Amino acid sequence: MTDAPTTASHSHGEGPFIAALDQGTTSSRCIIFDRDGRIVSVDQKEHEQIFPRPGWVEHNATEIWRNVQEVIAGAITKAGVTRADIQAIGITNQRETTLLWDRKTGQPVHNAIVWQDTRTDALCKELGRNVGQDRFRRETGLPLATYFAGPKVRWLLDNVEGLRERAEAGDILFGTMDSWVIWNLTGGVNGGRHVTDVTNASRTLLMNLHSMEWDERICSSIGVPPQVLPEIRSSAEVYGEVRGGTLGELLRGVPVASALGDQQAALFGQTCFDEGEAKSTYGTGTFMLINTAHKAINSYSGLITTVGYRIGDQQAVYALEGSIAVTGALVQWMRDQMGLISTAAEIETLASSVEDNGGAYFVPAFSGLFAPYWRSDARGVIAGLSRYVTKAHIARAVLEATAWQTKEIADAMKKDSGVEVSALKVDGGMTANNLLMQTLADVLDAPVVRPMVAETTALGAAYAAGLATGFWPDVHALRANWRRAAEWTPAMDAETRDREYKLWLKAVQRTMGWLED
Amino acid sequence: MARNIQSLERAAAMLRLLAGGERRLGLSDIASSLGLAKGTAHGILRTLHEEGFVEQDPASGRYQLGAELLRLGNSYLDVHELRSRALVWTDDLARSSGESAYLGVLHQHGVLIVHHVFRPDDSRQVLEVGAMQPLHSTALGKVLSAYDPVAHSEALEAERKPYTARTVSSAEDFEAVLDLTRARGYAADIEETWEGVASVAAPIHDRRHMPVGAVGVTGAVERVCRAGELRPELVAAVRDCARAVSRDLGAGRF
Repeated sequence: MTDAPTTASHSHGEGPFIAALDQGTTSSRCIIFDRDGRIVSVDQKEHEQIFPRPGWVEHNATEIWRNVQEVIAGAITKAGVTRADIQAIGITNQRETTLLWDRKTGQPVHNAIVWQDTRTDALCKELGRNVGQDRFRRETGLPLATYFAGPKVRWLLDNVEGLRERAEAGDILFGTMDSWVIWNLTGGVNGGRHVTDVTNASRTLLMNLHSMEWDERICSSIGVPPQVLPEIRSSAEVYGEVRGGTLGELLRGVPVASALGDQQAALFGQTCFDEGEAKSTYGTGTFMLINTAHKAINSYSGLITTVGYRIGDQQAVYALEGSIAVTGALVQWMRDQMGLISTAAEIETLASSVEDNGGAYFVPAFSGLFAPYWRSDARGVIAGLSRYVTKAHIARAVLEATAWQTKEIADAMKKDSGVEVSALKVDGGMTANNLLMQTLADVLDAPVVRPMVAETTALGAAYAAGLATGFWPDVHALRANWRRAAEWTPAMDAETRDREYKLWLKAVQRTMGWLED
Repeated sequence: MARNIQSLERAAAMLRLLAGGERRLGLSDIASSLGLAKGTAHGILRTLHEEGFVEQDPASGRYQLGAELLRLGNSYLDVHELRSRALVWTDDLARSSGESAYLGVLHQHGVLIVHHVFRPDDSRQVLEVGAMQPLHSTALGKVLSAYDPVAHSEALEAERKPYTARTVSSAEDFEAVLDLTRARGYAADIEETWEGVASVAAPIHDRRHMPVGAVGVTGAVERVCRAGELRPELVAAVRDCARAVSRDLGAGRF
């Protein structure tokens, strides 16, 4: 349960409102938004993380659907509104998490395999054949990696007894969590809609980025029968109306009107509607996406090409995505493993007690390096140590690590797209760290902007559902809702930036090849 | 040189003795180690026990250091922790009030701005985190002076510079303003620091009801005030925000 920020000074007035469901990796949340994009109420429930073996991560999809119904009902009750006040419901979800279920009974045939799960490692290598991990990159924009849904479907068909036959007979449905929720909301076994949106489909390794359709050749190469696949729809349109489950009573007839993968929803919630607009979400790890308009740009710099969003029958908007494995997690490591600070926020206090990093650079390649290097043989280093270095310098190096890693992604984006990040919109827990945000502006040599709503992911889903149902007329109205809460402007001279960047890159080189096969 | 207080010296010696290892000590061990009569030692130990500085094992009756000593060392609230707890609430305050929101703490005889949320319009604004404001004339400063005894004495000792014709400078008038602040639960600054600018602020308390900071909004006097008075809905929004942050820090409802 979460208390929504409410104020007595301004009431939220009369409806209608938009409900946004955020089906995330650790919890499901429902947030009710008003027309100004302000939060009216929130309800949240965590679900179990199931670890059957090292490297395997599963979710119980039945539990998730139960929680989804509870949090939607909870948020509506807390807001004190009825279905007449809810204009539409929008969905955003953890991406790539894969589920197969029985069309006739509505029962999952296996736990959902979560995006973090690495059980398809060997399968992905095998699927790469003599080409390697870029075998399907031109069509799908993605490397063959354990994250993506396609190989997970193949694993289930290979490992659950009798499943392939049932799938080929047309009894089995595949979906990422958006499909599972929409199918259940719109009636389940009684005519539920089996659909997914382009952003979620673009993370399966099965969709052709250019035609926005399932790629038959790749589906057959990976071993996914076409009968199981949902229909690919846009991110903002009415997929159906609420009919199913315990919500049938409470919300009957409310349109289900958007679906977006969580990072794409954040891009949408940050109103990055123009080419070159970028957002970066700072959590345990970091995901940065840049809008590349109607061009699906192939990456030669270790980024992923993905669909940003598609509104109804308008042209799709593409994005380049870069992910950093360890950002907030490094601060947690300093707190939990090193004990140098007692709360995450104290890293700023410690780092602020010195003027600079004292010559130390910290590359947190704890599980290898992600974008733009993709080196699994790398491990973390602290470079440039001398006797002069104190824990405060290390704290500074910890924050700088997040900034430099962001710069490396921004540079890769520029290289691939030719578009320079002119301003970076940020969200996530680490935006409370002022020193980090200033350092980010300094090393990017671009302003860093924090919006007033921290819940950009849920807001993105609400925006898309609102656009689909005429709650907001167009994206300009959404831009008008966007409010700047803070802005950091660059204050580092070019010479310092270049020198420091060079030293950072040198430290990165020191991490590579640490593991030997 | 003034004479020291003997019982405090003895209490300090006892704490040092108990801190000198993992052992628990009985009354007679403590008394003999410090060369005290048992009755004297017991009186001091009982006082320390009531304050939570020592604990007594119920089974053996032996003494050890108390949890309160640990809390003493950790009671300081990190300002960055404060900002991170206040973030969502101050965003909502700026949004609902339409003015810029500030979070301030006492620092070197003034108010240090530790968090600033822009006024929610598209105008060009500069982040003021790290700036200092005077204690005696701003709403944030008055709140700190009214609730934090250290801020109070610093504000009284300092020269209270008149920034505008409306600045309250005399010690007597200043004390009256602080009394009013405590009675109302918020402080105002209507053109007392900057011409044309007004602000309102309320105190943030931690779980032990210690004043740890102040939160408020600042804006053009024409928007913040109506007929020369603060708009009541702004006062309510600021106080709601202060209560919400305090609740997040573990303070009970008040």
